[in-house]
Amino acid sequence: MTNSLITNPLRKMMKRLVLRWLLYLLLCTFALYYMMPLFVMITTSLKNLEEIRTGSLMSLPREITMAAWSTAWSSACTGIQCEGLRPYFWNSVLLAVPAVLISTIIGAINGYVVAQWRFKLSNILFALMLFGCFIPFQVVLLPMARVLGMTGLAGSISGLIFVHVIYGIGFTTLFFRNYYVTIPAELVKAAKVDGASFWRIFFSIFLPLSLPIIVVTVIWQFTQIWNDFLFGVSFSQAGTQPITVALNNIVNSTTGVKEYNVDMAAAIIAALPTLLVYIVAGKYFIRGLTAGSVKG
Amino acid sequence: MSPILEIKNLNKNYGPTNILNDVNASIEDGEFLVLVGPSGCGKSTLLNCIAGLEPITSGTIRISGRDMTHVSPKDRDIAMVFQSYALYPTMSVAKNITFGMKVRGIEKAEQDVKLAEVAHLLQIETLLDRRPAQLSGGQRQRVAMGRALVRNPKLFLFDEPLSNLDAKLRVEMRTEIKKLHQNLGASMVYVTHDQIEAMTLATKIVVMKGGMVQQIGSPAEIYMRPANLFVADFMGSPAMNLIPARVTMNGKGASFTITRSAAPPMVLHDENIKSLPDNVLLGLRPEDIGDASLRKGRKLQISNCHVDVVEPAGADTYVLMTLGGVEVTARLQAETAAQRGANMEFTFNMAKASYFDANTGERLN
Repeated sequence: MTNSLITNPLRKMMKRLVLRWLLYLLLCTFALYYMMPLFVMITTSLKNLEEIRTGSLMSLPREITMAAWSTAWSSACTGIQCEGLRPYFWNSVLLAVPAVLISTIIGAINGYVVAQWRFKLSNILFALMLFGCFIPFQVVLLPMARVLGMTGLAGSISGLIFVHVIYGIGFTTLFFRNYYVTIPAELVKAAKVDGASFWRIFFSIFLPLSLPIIVVTVIWQFTQIWNDFLFGVSFSQAGTQPITVALNNIVNSTTGVKEYNVDMAAAIIAALPTLLVYIVAGKYFIRGLTAGSVKG
Repeated sequence: MSPILEIKNLNKNYGPTNILNDVNASIEDGEFLVLVGPSGCGKSTLLNCIAGLEPITSGTIRISGRDMTHVSPKDRDIAMVFQSYALYPTMSVAKNITFGMKVRGIEKAEQDVKLAEVAHLLQIETLLDRRPAQLSGGQRQRVAMGRALVRNPKLFLFDEPLSNLDAKLRVEMRTEIKKLHQNLGASMVYVTHDQIEAMTLATKIVVMKGGMVQQIGSPAEIYMRPANLFVADFMGSPAMNLIPARVTMNGKGASFTITRSAAPPMVLHDENIKSLPDNVLLGLRPEDIGDASLRKGRKLQISNCHVDVVEPAGADTYVLMTLGGVEVTARLQAETAAQRGANMEFTFNMAKASYFDANTGERLN
C-alpha cells in the first residue's frame, strides 16, 4: 500500500517524460524527412558538375561554387534564348504585384458589400462567387482564351493579370466577407447616423480594422499567382512568360549534359519570393486566419 | 408648434411578416418617450425606423414638422446611442466623438470646443486619447453618449443603452441619463425591455407587444390605469395581482365574490362602479393590499386570509396567498408580523382597483 503510493506518481512522471521524448523524436524525424529535398537542392546547386557526377547525392560540396546560380539567373537557356531566369523573374513580379493588389482591393470592397450592405440578391451573388473558387483551372482555359483574344489582351502580361484577378476575386471576397461579417452591424448604423457615406465608412472604419485579413489575402494571392504554371503557359508568349514557365523550359531544354546544379539553383530562385513572403508575414497569417470578432 | 416627433399609421413588413402594425405616437419638445415591451415586440425596429436605418412599408414619420419618411439618417437631425455602443474600434475617444462633425466638414476649432464641452459634461476628459478597447463598460457608455450629445440634434434615440452594464452601474447611468435630460431639456426616444427603466425615465411611455401599441401614457397612468391585461402584467414589479371574481351588481355598486380553497368565499365591494359583466379579473397592485393591523378607518375592507409564503426583500416584505385560484402578492412593511401558514387580516384598497374583461383582457373602468 505505502509502496504503491510512492512509486505511482514517480512511474507516471517517467512515463510522461518518455512519451514526450518519443514525440520529439518523431517530430524531428518528420522535420528531417521534409527538409531533405531542400538540403539536396541547396547542396547540389553549390557543387560543380564534376562533383555531382562522381559524388553522392547526399554529400556536402567539397568546394562551394556559385557558378550554377549565376548561370541560372543570367545565362541558362530556355529554348533558343540563353538569358537565364532574370527577364522572367521580372515578368512574374510585373504580373504578381498588380494582380495581387487589384484582386485584394476588389475582394475587400466585395466583402464589405456582401457582409454589411446586404441587398436582395447579395447572398446569391456571394454564393456564385464562392462557386468560382471551386471551378478547376482547366475548365476556364478555352473560354478564357476566347475572351483574351476578343479583348486583345492575349499573350500580354496585362492579359495574365486580368486572368488572375478574375480567378482570385472568389477567394479574396470570401476572405474579406468572412472577416467583415464578424463586425457588428451597429457600427455601420452608427456611422450612417453620424453622416458617413458608403466609402467613408469603408475607408475610415473598415479598412483600418483589416490588416490581419489583408495580410492573409496577400499571402494567399501572391503564392497562387507566383506559383501558377497553367495560366502562365497557356496565355503567354515568348517575352511575357512568368518564371514558372521559364523554369520548366530551363529544366526541359538542356542539350547534352544535364546540368543538375543549374536546375536546382533555378528552382530555388523561383521559389524564393513566396518563401520570403511567408517568413516576413507568416505570423500575421496565422493571426489573420484565426482572427474574428472585433471587441469594441 | 409642431411636435418634435410624429409617427402616423406606421406599418412595417418583412416579406409577409408584419413587424409593426399601425403605430401612432408623438412627442412634444423636451419629452422623454420610452418604448417598452418584451423582446420581439418591435420596439427596436420602430426606433430604427425613426432613425431611418430601416425602411417602412407605409405611414409617415415627421421630425419637427418636416416629413422625414424617406430622408436618409444623416439628414434627420438625430443622434443615436446603441446597445453595443458601436464605438469605432480603431479611433480614439476624441476621434469617435468628433467623427460626425468631421464627416460634415465642421471646422477643427469648433470641433475642439464642442469636444471639450461634452467631455467636461460627461467627465471623460482624461479618456480622450484612449481606444474603446481600453475602456470599461461604463466609460464606453459615456463615450457613446458623448458622440450623440456633441451633435446637439433635435432628437436623441437610445437603443437599450444600459442593458450591457452590470446592475449597479445600470442604476447609476439611469440616474445620469435622467439628469442629462433634465439639464439639456432635449427630446429623447428610449427603447428598453426593463419596465423599471421605463417608469423612472419616461415622461411618456409606449407599451408594445407583437408590433402593436398597447397603451400610451404617462408613467403614472400606465401604472395606475393599465389599458389591458398585458400592460397590467408587464408594468410593475412584482406584477399586478389579477384575481378572477364573480360580480353582483346592486343599488350601491358592485360586489366581488372571490373563491378560496380552504375558506368561505371572500367578498369585496366597490361603490363607484356602475356596470360590469358577470366575470371580471380584479387588478390590485401589491401595495394596495395592506396589513389590517396598521390601518384604521371606516371604509377599509378587511378580510382574513391564509398566508402561503413570506418573502423579506429588505425595504418591504412580500406576502403570498392564494385567492380565486391564483397567487396574490401583498407588499407589507419589512417588520410585518405575517407568518407562513398562519391567518392574518388584510385590507384591500378598492379605490385603486382595475377591472378587466376576463375574455378580451380590456380594461372596464
